[in-house]
This record gives sequence, structure tokens and C-alpha cells, in this order.
Amino acid sequence: MFYDVTPVSRLFLGTAQYPSPAVLADAISASGSEIITVSLRREGAGGAHFRDLLQASGCHILPNTAGCHSAREAITTARMAREVFGTNWVKLEVIGHADTLQPDPFALVEAARELCADGFEVFPYTTEDLIVGEKLVEAGCRVLMPWGSPIGSGQGLRHEDALCSMRAHFPDIPLVIDAGIGAPSQAARAMEMGFDAVLLNTAVAKAGDPVAMARAFAGAVESGRLAHEAGLMGRRDMAVASTPLFGMAALT
Amino acid sequence: MRVELNGEAIRTQATTLSELIEERDLPAASVATAVNGDFVPRTFRDGTALSEGMRIEILSPMQGG
Repeated sequence: MFYDVTPVSRLFLGTAQYPSPAVLADAISASGSEIITVSLRREGAGGAHFRDLLQASGCHILPNTAGCHSAREAITTARMAREVFGTNWVKLEVIGHADTLQPDPFALVEAARELCADGFEVFPYTTEDLIVGEKLVEAGCRVLMPWGSPIGSGQGLRHEDALCSMRAHFPDIPLVIDAGIGAPSQAARAMEMGFDAVLLNTAVAKAGDPVAMARAFAGAVESGRLAHEAGLMGRRDMAVASTPLFGMAALT
Repeated sequence: MRVELNGEAIRTQATTLSELIEERDLPAASVATAVNGDFVPRTFRDGTALSEGMRIEILSPMQGG
């Protein structure tokens, strides 16, 4: 489903901002996630330990290009990540604005085109814009990752109607809601709407108890997906009695 | 010579990228390298000669979202 990988869990988990490596490892395990995101940075303390932790997790590694503001930076970062992590996967982020962390769609498409041609399997962090989505698919992307709301904001699905349109517009492309999910209810909603997965980080990492929150999100994502598969009832403007009127006693 | 390593001006005796990695005691197998903004694959490090003022990035796996 996601290139050649069909995970059981539809929750992708970020690995940043946890209180400790031990909590991160436990949160990954509690989330049931099989796909986790990582980055490349100038070596700081704990680099070697982090590598061990990734290996022990047994997860598919999705390296990101977080913080890149140009196609060139993102392309170089992706190539470096491919060598270090030994994967063609890349979560392609090309940031257009430092405050909103909104993707730069022009540079994103340019970088996606070059990386897909170079054999990468690109997971582009994009907006709900349909034309940008089409250009990314034309560039060779076989997954799209529209934002729910700005990264780290916890606002959930800020443009729910537009995301519904996107789901309908790309019925055959796996769509992952990436960024802005703050609560399990929001993740469940995304899954009910038919998105294929959600990717989140801060909502778990910054929870009072990240391991318990990872479990909460796992349940929400599973429930939302199950509800989507079961078929949700349509919304009605008026009340419709659920108990039959037939056979009711005349007591007046 | 003087080069810029990860944003910091340093002096080095190394003449190639491989030697620089060794000199800085970095784990060659688990870092990725770039010179002046372009990726340098592992197999090219021996053949990448350093020059004055070169901008070098040596990156490692880190946490990310």
C-alpha cells in the first residue's frame, strides 16, 4: 500500500521530542507503529544509542528532510539519508515559511520529480491542494501526505471539507494525514474519512504519559479505520426515530 | 588547512574527506557527507580532496518527526 509495504498498523510515529530514549522505545512499541520517521543532523550526544534503538524497534524507517527550505537542500538531504538508513523512502518536506511550516509546493514538486527519477520512493508532505497533489503524482509519487494543520499545532483537521475532496479526488493513491493531529479523536476522524494512515509525533511525545497516549492513538486509528470499512451512516438534518412506532400501545 | 565543518571553522591536517572523518573520530559507516551542498557518497570520500574554505557537512541519524 505504501510502496511495497502494507503495514498492519495505520499509525506512523515520529521519534522526536520524547522525554528519554527509553520512553521513545516504549511509545513505539505501545503505538504498534511499523513505520517511524527519523532525521539527519549534525552529530550530537546520543547518536549511537539512537541507531541501536532504531534497529531494535524493527520498524520501517522513513527519513525526513525536515527543516529544508529549498529543493536542493531537500534533495541533498534525501541522498544522504538514503545512504545512512539504507532505504529509498523519504518523507519529503520543503518548508515555505518558518512560522507556519507550510510546504513550498513549487519546490516540493521540483524536488519530488528529481528524487523519483533517482529511484526514491517519495512521501511528500503537502497541503490539501488538488493540483499540487496531481503534480506530485505526475512526478512519480505513489503516496501523498496532506497536512491536517500546521506541524506541532495540535489543531487537527483544519480544512476537513477540502480533505474530503482530496480523498475523493485521489481514490487510488494512499493518503496519509501528516502533521497537526493533537488528539486521538482527530486521528479517528481522519481514518473515518477514509485516509489510509496518520503520521504524528508531538501529540504522543509531549503527552503527560507518552506511552499511554501512543496506545490511545493506536486504538483511535484502528477504530476509525474499522468505522470507515463498516460504512458510516449518512448525516440527517432532522430526527428519525430509531424505535419503531408500529405496535405502540395507545395509552392516552 | 581551514575548512568549515558542520558550520564551524576548523583547522585540519586531513587531505581527504575520509581522513577528516578519521581525524574527528567519527563512525564512518553511520554518517553521511556533503561538500559545498552536494552529497558525497561513502565510496567517493577517499577521492574527495579537501581544499581551503570547503564547506563540509557530516550528518548522523537523529530523532525526527
